[in-house]
Amino acid sequence: MTAVLELDGITKRFGTLVANDAVSLSLAKGEILALLGENGAGKTTLMNILFGHYTADEGEVHVFGSTLPPGKPRAAIEAGVGMVHQHFTLAGNLTVLDNVVLGSEPLMRLQSQRARARARLAAIAERFGLPVDPDARIGDLSVGERQRVEILKALYRDASILILDEPTAVLARPEAERLFDTLRGMTRGGLSLIFISHKLHEVMAASDRVVVLRGGRNVAERRTADTDPDELAELMVGRRVTRPRRQQHATGAPVVIGTDITVREGGERRLDGVSFQVCEGEILGIVGVSGNGQAALGRLLSGLARPDAGRLTLNGEDMGALGPRALVRAGVGRIPEDRHAEGAVGELPVWENAVLERMGTAEFSSRGFVRRGAARRFAHTLIERFDIRGAAAETRTRLLSGGNMQKLILGRILSAGPRFILANQPTRGLDEGAIAAVHAELLAARAEGAAILLITEELEEAIGLADRMQAIVRGRLSAPVAAEQADSRRLGLMMAGMWERDDAA
Amino acid sequence: MMEAFDILTTASLWAAVLRIATPLIFGVLGALLCERAGVLNLGIEGIMTMGAMVGWLTVFLGADLWTGLAVAALSGALMGLLHAFLTVPLALSQHVSGLGITLFASSLSYYLYRLIVEVGDLPPTIAPFRPLAIPFLSDIPFLGPVLFAQTAPTYLALAAVAVLAYVLNRTPVGLAIRMTGENPHAVEAQGLDPIAIRIGAVVAGSALMAVGGAFLTMAAFNSFFPQMVQGRGWICIALVVFASWRPGKALLGALLFAFFDAYQLRLQNVVEDVPYQLFLMAPYLLSILALILVARRAQVPEALMAPYRRGER
Repeated sequence: MTAVLELDGITKRFGTLVANDAVSLSLAKGEILALLGENGAGKTTLMNILFGHYTADEGEVHVFGSTLPPGKPRAAIEAGVGMVHQHFTLAGNLTVLDNVVLGSEPLMRLQSQRARARARLAAIAERFGLPVDPDARIGDLSVGERQRVEILKALYRDASILILDEPTAVLARPEAERLFDTLRGMTRGGLSLIFISHKLHEVMAASDRVVVLRGGRNVAERRTADTDPDELAELMVGRRVTRPRRQQHATGAPVVIGTDITVREGGERRLDGVSFQVCEGEILGIVGVSGNGQAALGRLLSGLARPDAGRLTLNGEDMGALGPRALVRAGVGRIPEDRHAEGAVGELPVWENAVLERMGTAEFSSRGFVRRGAARRFAHTLIERFDIRGAAAETRTRLLSGGNMQKLILGRILSAGPRFILANQPTRGLDEGAIAAVHAELLAARAEGAAILLITEELEEAIGLADRMQAIVRGRLSAPVAAEQADSRRLGLMMAGMWERDDAA
Repeated sequence: MMEAFDILTTASLWAAVLRIATPLIFGVLGALLCERAGVLNLGIEGIMTMGAMVGWLTVFLGADLWTGLAVAALSGALMGLLHAFLTVPLALSQHVSGLGITLFASSLSYYLYRLIVEVGDLPPTIAPFRPLAIPFLSDIPFLGPVLFAQTAPTYLALAAVAVLAYVLNRTPVGLAIRMTGENPHAVEAQGLDPIAIRIGAVVAGSALMAVGGAFLTMAAFNSFFPQMVQGRGWICIALVVFASWRPGKALLGALLFAFFDAYQLRLQNVVEDVPYQLFLMAPYLLSILALILVARRAQVPEALMAPYRRGER
């Protein structure tokens, strides 16, 4: 087979960081190539170089035998390369047609040829089985539909090589499977595909060949048929990392009970009559595709949103009206969804972040002055106890890696001996080693009797940690399912909102 | 009290409305164009001053009126280029750069004026644009003097509204400008250069602003003096929000403000016992009220004031 695309010795440095280190790979016509790697392995950087968003420091890109000029998306598009960005490059206030047509006409034309564009878009949508309303405003479309538009944008420009950056990050599993069916169909029409992923199961299911990136290098290439998830996992991480598993144990009395809670924000029902309870020594997993009300649930349990209807109790007392400070005092620990925005103040030193929630207590302040010595000593014990690497008490927090910042936040919470912990996407963006550490700490807190509500998009995480699970879809919660009865298939269906038929569990 | 209402039926009031609105129309269109591409241009007050001075000076030094207008536009474009350079490729704060341009352009205008022009007891004058009575149409009672006996730049302003609306909504370059204001990453991903588009929009928008300023010295009045722009630039910035970033509504907003202004001028003569400062204040107060009523529904360009740096999200 002939290569339609070749990357030859691509090196890209950001300051001292080498994001891509002499990476070479090739793509054959009609092939689906998976680019597998952890966060920070350099997958997206590599594809951004290919598409011309970045300029490589060394190396060349060849498309159909000719070399692409570096740093020019226009040249990549004209050579037949299309890119479906993970963070969609769409304008929410404009229509589908506007978004698709942009850039396809000479700029100085006196009138945009809308009728022709509309017909062409309709023909392409029909041919590839990607139906879409050309006049819909992007902002009114679902995430899946937006992705369809993003793909159509590339096809409209006659892409014959399609790059998809984490295409399933925002899709529920059945949607993701449908997407890969569609993509498979496209390759039969002669399209060649590269998709970026860190999910082993979809790499195994959807690709012909896998290139594994680690630390910016191409560490392995396998035909998908000749490999298995265990080997790929080890190649991806570079060593064998096993996540700790939950041990079966008896749970205690309910700690947090939510009954028929509705939360409205900005005129919309973010949570719609949800009920849940979390017991001592139990992890309740809330699984769902992002954007289905997790953020509102997180704010509710952090004291940042009030229930408009329903009742929320902590150890039998009303918790719904408590603000963040009162919640912390009542023994609630919170791991926020976005650790950079809400978990830690990047510009402050580690020790200030370590005591931030308890700055006002006698332990860390007296007569209105911060007890800096005590706070620093405390930060130091956290660094030791939670193995926070690359940090001293004075280190500016934003210099920590994601995993170490998360350990700092965990340490801050767990050292207070919380009775209830909200863990909102606790391992998002972390590498396998850090994930295993965070999981171990959460399970240790569970063993000590903390009640934990875990919000996650990763089924494997929910299955590994949670005693019971509920799916969140469009602000509603499914009935809980015990861990023993939940496999990834059933959870996948639940995350797609298909639980109404079997509420039995 | 009846007199206050009688004013409303005079043709001179409504003719004045169009006249007063003209610099605002140019200014608001210019600001709107910049903002549709995602750049706030607070240099407007200074750029209008610059246009007022440069246009007048060009004519004072012997050029004809249209050349003066063109040179004024060019001076605005240059100031716009400076603002664009600072805020787009260098991605500096649009507020700081804009206010800096306003201070710089105003001071430079006063300085050049004093340097080149000898000012006696009265400022020197030029022969300004004269009202252009359109044959037959200007003879229509009431409507004639209001609509068809204005100066040429006023007609130009009205045409500019239609042209800008067409360009933004119907042409590929307009789509590119709008998209740049919404999501510059989308523009780059489609193979266009959002930085070039932003620079172009800011330069063109600033040229429009300068023409608005030039109207003051070349049609509304016939000489230049410091502080003559009198906050019209700031009004335009507010009118863009009032207009929800749409040219048609921008025209409406400019006319509304001009109406308040023209009306209060005439009210001062008929209503006694009220300090005239209150009337002077009224257009601004009413504009704020109108802004509050309308602006909550305004659809802001999503990437307004968000600097775009290549390779960053």
